[in-house]
Amino acid sequence: MGRIQLKKVTKRFGDVEVIPPLDLTIEDGEFTVFVGPSGCGKSTLLRLIAGLEDTSDGLIEIDDADATALPPSKRGLAMVFQSYALYPHMTVRKNIAFPMKMAGMDQAEQDRRIEAAAKALNLTDYLDRRPGQLSGGQRQRVAIGRAIVREPAAFLFDEPLSNLDAALRVGMRMEISELHKKLDTTMIYVTHDQVEAMTMADKIVVLQAGVIEQVGSPLELYRTPRNKFVAGFIGSPKMNFVEGPEAAKHGAHTIGVRPEHIDVVESGGEWHGTVGVAEHLGSDTFFHIHNTGLAETLTVRAIGDVKLNHGDTIHLSPRLEEMHKFGADGLRIG
Amino acid sequence: MATKASRSAARLMMAPAVILLLGWMLVPLTLTLIFSFKKFLPLRGDSIDSGWDWFTFFPSLEWVGFDNYARFLSSSAFWPSVITTLVIVGGVLLITVVFGILLAILLDQPMWGQGVVRILVIAPFFVMPTVSALVWKNMFMDPVNGLFAHLWRFFGAEPVSWLSEASLQSIVMIVSWQWLPFATLILLTAIQSLDGEQLEAAEMDGAPPLKRFWFITLPHLSRAITIVVLIQTIFLLSIFAEIFVTTGGAFGTRTLTYLIFQRVLESQNVGLGSAGGVYAIILANIVAIFLMRIVGKNLDR
Repeated sequence: MGRIQLKKVTKRFGDVEVIPPLDLTIEDGEFTVFVGPSGCGKSTLLRLIAGLEDTSDGLIEIDDADATALPPSKRGLAMVFQSYALYPHMTVRKNIAFPMKMAGMDQAEQDRRIEAAAKALNLTDYLDRRPGQLSGGQRQRVAIGRAIVREPAAFLFDEPLSNLDAALRVGMRMEISELHKKLDTTMIYVTHDQVEAMTMADKIVVLQAGVIEQVGSPLELYRTPRNKFVAGFIGSPKMNFVEGPEAAKHGAHTIGVRPEHIDVVESGGEWHGTVGVAEHLGSDTFFHIHNTGLAETLTVRAIGDVKLNHGDTIHLSPRLEEMHKFGADGLRIG
Repeated sequence: MATKASRSAARLMMAPAVILLLGWMLVPLTLTLIFSFKKFLPLRGDSIDSGWDWFTFFPSLEWVGFDNYARFLSSSAFWPSVITTLVIVGGVLLITVVFGILLAILLDQPMWGQGVVRILVIAPFFVMPTVSALVWKNMFMDPVNGLFAHLWRFFGAEPVSWLSEASLQSIVMIVSWQWLPFATLILLTAIQSLDGEQLEAAEMDGAPPLKRFWFITLPHLSRAITIVVLIQTIFLLSIFAEIFVTTGGAFGTRTLTYLIFQRVLESQNVGLGSAGGVYAIILANIVAIFLMRIVGKNLDR
């Protein structure tokens, strides 16, 4: 079990309210991702759930029991830190055993769990090494191993992949997702990387300045962002926003079109501009287009390798059915 | 960076310093060795005025072989002085390391006036050994007018004559007071370099504060403790001023260093004292080897 409920949780540092009263329910077994730009309070929120910070107001309930005043160790949660926070003077085995040793578990059970965790995480050959002798990905797995053996009600991940290189990050992303499928335990994952959020989450919580902008599944956020912030934050490259008369034509203050929802056409088309930077990825080509009279730059994705060079004129045709319309207050219309 | 030319240039430029330091150490060491094999009693008319000879070194001094060594070793003052030395070194190390860790943890806590408090804590280290020993002797430990005497009388107790009744403990206390800032400073910087996430991870793992200290903070400090122990040992083996101005070597506070001083300057027996000096070198090396074995491996990590 691992159902976590936040009720009017508030956090203030002195006079600064980092997290205004906030309600959120995380269901048992759900993989929830907190995502938002840096400084949005997502890590603080995670630390509040972990108990490493005290709430200024409100209630935190874990499995319907009030946990607001419980110390971190009594909440039954395990956390994986950004820096891994492995104990450098202990071997991998001792690192993983540490929480069980603190709990006073008997040696046979400790050994059994260490073996199981090491096997699941591919660490069996490294059990007698020190963290300093491991690579970044291996350290990450040790940190996860240390969390697993406690058999917690929920796992908390604080930007666990940000210290890894791009290739490893993709690999670890899959491993963590696999782990979630296997363990079926609640996981809360904090990241500023919307790609991680989209690929891993059952439920994404988009935060800005301590306020929840939207909660939903990855595709819900992609298809029907509640406001301009979520629309711009989810999706890569960013959604194009157009204001002014062009938006008014569609009955909105701002219209948003994702780069993948604008077609490059030979001639005709509704929008025109000159090609700036073209990013050729092979499978796709991203054009940054200037002088459209709509916005500073438009980003457009073309499938495959399109032969257009810097300075060429490009004709664009946005797909009307995929267009997002926002009112003057930034909220979605229709 | 290290081309052939730059390396030989580096050697050339280092040479003056190396030669100066070598001479600085080798000349006195050689003289000590030579004197330790000679009968040299200036008050009985022995002198080196007759000059230097490359075979007998100082022809006017009688060559006595290992007599000085045997006499220094068989003297009733020798073994007590070795033990006194080790007790003082060990006692001061224990006190400075234990209290240094506690103080460092205390100073690491965020508090009002942290900067000023840190400077105050370091202050004793800037006081010269002679001065601090005199301050302790006259201001605190004086059995009539000392602050301790007043304190004892305030509680109706008989004042302790610290330097005669608890002389060794008093010396240890004075020297510890001087060296505590050094230990605190080094341990404080070490504590500050501890990753806060490790402590938080331990907290999540269910370790209460004392266990967090024992399993996380203390191992993290092991290198700093090693450095404190090694450096302090080097200096503590040769403490002299604190004994000279307080007990003058009486009441069981005669260390090996002090014994050598007495042999050379009070008894005016340069040969015997030099033999003692060679023993002191050997003792220092034995201690150093032990230390390197026991704690030095911490530095390898």
